[in-house]
Amino acid sequence: MQGLIDRITSLPEWYFELGRIDVTFAILMLAGVIATIMSWKGRPGMLVGAAYVVVAVVLAYFMSFQAAVGLGMIASIAALLVPNIHPEHGTISWFNDPRARGLIAQIILFLLVTFGIYAMVTNTIVNLERQNIASGFGFLNQTAGFGINQTLIPYTEESTYGQTFIVGLLNTILVAIVGIFLATILGFIVGVARLSKNWVINKIAYWYIEVMRNVPLLLHIFVWYFAVLRAVPDKRDKWSLFDTFHLNIYGIWAPEPLPGPMFWMTVVAFLAAIVIAFILAKLAKARQMRTGETFPSFWVGLAIIIILPLAAFFATGSPLDFEHPKFVAEGPIFKRGFEFQSGLQVIPEFIALLLALSIYTAAYIAEIVRAGILAVSHGQTEAANALGLRSGPTLRLVVIPQALRVIIPPLTNQYLNLTKNSSLAVAIAYPDLVAVFAGTTLNQTGQAVEIIVITMLVYLGLSLVTSAIMNWYNSRIALVER
Amino acid sequence: MSSNTTEAFVRTDFLPQQTAPVSEHGIVGWVMKNLFSSPLNILQTLVGIGLLYLIITPLFRFGITNAVWEGADRTACAIDHVGACWAMVKAKFPQYMYFQYPIDERWRVDLVGLVGLVLLIPMLIPFVPLKKTNAILLLVIYPVFAFILLYGGWFGLPIVETPVWGGLMVTLVIAVVGIVASLPLGILFALGRRSDMPLVRSVSIAFIEFWRGIPLITVLFMSSVLLPLFLPEGVTFDKLLRALIGVALFSSAYMAETIRGGLQAIPKGQYEGAQALGLSYWKMMNLIVLPQAIKHVIPGIVNSFIALFKDTTLVLIIGMFDLLGAIQTSFTDPKWATETQDETGYLFAALIFWVFCFAMSRYSIFMENKLHTGHKR
Repeated sequence: MQGLIDRITSLPEWYFELGRIDVTFAILMLAGVIATIMSWKGRPGMLVGAAYVVVAVVLAYFMSFQAAVGLGMIASIAALLVPNIHPEHGTISWFNDPRARGLIAQIILFLLVTFGIYAMVTNTIVNLERQNIASGFGFLNQTAGFGINQTLIPYTEESTYGQTFIVGLLNTILVAIVGIFLATILGFIVGVARLSKNWVINKIAYWYIEVMRNVPLLLHIFVWYFAVLRAVPDKRDKWSLFDTFHLNIYGIWAPEPLPGPMFWMTVVAFLAAIVIAFILAKLAKARQMRTGETFPSFWVGLAIIIILPLAAFFATGSPLDFEHPKFVAEGPIFKRGFEFQSGLQVIPEFIALLLALSIYTAAYIAEIVRAGILAVSHGQTEAANALGLRSGPTLRLVVIPQALRVIIPPLTNQYLNLTKNSSLAVAIAYPDLVAVFAGTTLNQTGQAVEIIVITMLVYLGLSLVTSAIMNWYNSRIALVER
Repeated sequence: MSSNTTEAFVRTDFLPQQTAPVSEHGIVGWVMKNLFSSPLNILQTLVGIGLLYLIITPLFRFGITNAVWEGADRTACAIDHVGACWAMVKAKFPQYMYFQYPIDERWRVDLVGLVGLVLLIPMLIPFVPLKKTNAILLLVIYPVFAFILLYGGWFGLPIVETPVWGGLMVTLVIAVVGIVASLPLGILFALGRRSDMPLVRSVSIAFIEFWRGIPLITVLFMSSVLLPLFLPEGVTFDKLLRALIGVALFSSAYMAETIRGGLQAIPKGQYEGAQALGLSYWKMMNLIVLPQAIKHVIPGIVNSFIALFKDTTLVLIIGMFDLLGAIQTSFTDPKWATETQDETGYLFAALIFWVFCFAMSRYSIFMENKLHTGHKR
């Protein structure tokens, strides 16, 4: 980790010298012009292009970027002025040749884009120098000096900005995953309710969707955080459920599970049970294909997944303790309340953000689910009934697989939206990536370029990974199609 | 009809028509069918009514029966079990609408809003003629007019700097600019993404995927922190303008994808027909393809508008005061500090946003039905 950061940090100083940037851009620009000229398959274009390559490399290296740009323009125009000999139609004016016109348009676009990026980068370098802002990624090794109230990895005020980044990233992923889980469940319930023949349930689902999705998400978050979660008991008091779970203004307090030394056996047993259930389902399916005999693989699999870990758990002597949060109810008033670091505390920022994200996104998911189920034509259900399938298998084997095919792509979009929307955490100071990294860290170090770029890359990466997983799943489901 | 049968057991006259049994029509029939048709249905009805009771009674109590409607300051709302403090909303209403826009100049905002409405309403009603003139007035002339009036500096109007802008006015300014800018940009990038030219296509794809992949909040951070760094020394942009650029680029990427969906729905024959008539690329697009494509995706476009309208609230995070920001700021006023000020303010904000968005979504459904000229199954 440390070596990697060092290597990354030493790169920019070399790169950010103005001269190198000039050369880089000149070569970049060259590559583009050559590519476009090559794509124009006439021989004159190739010749001019080749000549230009040689001269422009020399020019760009020894003289300046501007000279290379100017030469590029002259060369491109010259290449176009040469009459284009078409093998079948003889000579046509270059101006009326769609390929030539496309070429001009692309060269102009390319020059504009390259020049835009070039101007942006040089301006940024000049501005950074003028404002005395350091560049590079060295700051990732500096001490952050601020605490974070929800950390999934060990983190203190002495930790570095690099660790701040990881803490923020993990918090973003945590709220996104739990949010996706909740939103999917709620969305499916509301979506099915929206199709209910019962008028009351149907209308409740309809108004749920219309109210929730027509109010900005930020307002959802504010309502949960500033209105609902401020109406709970203050820090000297609590509401309790079964005397195990407690709620007050500092969030939800629950017993923290402390796995003993032998707990890994239970985890292994759990994983093994999943594998066994999976293999069992495969075998049962193969046997059904071969002989037609069915086997209740779902229930047996479920039984294995439940019983095996439990057996391992009790066989190793129940190696799991719970640390209950300590509540001080007696003594001086300023000492009352929950002790920090005792038990498991779920901070109110997390709860508010999670509820707002799930409830808001569920409204969209409900509409997607409804549309997906409606997209399966009634003839499919009737055909399944005609084959003698009961309502359970009809739903499981006929309707849902076809509905899922319609549901998955827009559902993926909603998952991505939820992940991106989790960045609104910054409004209520939930320590997600944007809040602790693009917020606090940026304010402390002032290294806007690096931080914003990293943050954007993370979100772009999350988007790409999520859509890759979903595309894979989608392609598996699409195989059902003939 | 008239039968010649003579058998005695065949009836020759018609019975008078009878109404359907009570359980099949009218209120009773409807209730039996929709609420109590089976045990499961009855259970659903009971659960539903229970849910409604749990939701509606507290809301009704809070918003109407226990609410305070009149009052000069917080003392009016400082009573036990108080509901919504509507008196606060009444007193703060100008702040919610204009924020700190100078009181003497607020007629300018009103005028801009009024002219906008006058131009918008005929645009939305399908049978009103002169759509083209109307569109040019609304999308080209009106923004210039609105800018001159809101910002000032011409015709002896005093300049009102943007930091004092706020409230619903800024919400609408951002939303309208986003909409007006994102449509043409979105069309350009959608066409670019479907272009044959490799470079144009890759630039369009990169642009669209970049803006769609990052959250709006980082776009706003970028526009407030990075954009000044990208510009040459001495060139500075107004904070509002920077946010507007960010919002416009962001929403144009989404708009491009919506319009691309419409372009893909146009059969190839339309393009070939246009080319056979000798139309150039831009004429083909303007006269043949885009009118059909955009018609296809009007609901999608309106949905993007709704999303944009809701997203304007995020400018609050970079320190601008839209409607939600103005309401949030008003909570710090000790004159109106009451127990329920947060709830009241949020309820009011939710109502306003909801009315705008719900109206837009209804309109999109209306247009969808109206434009559904094909074979409807």
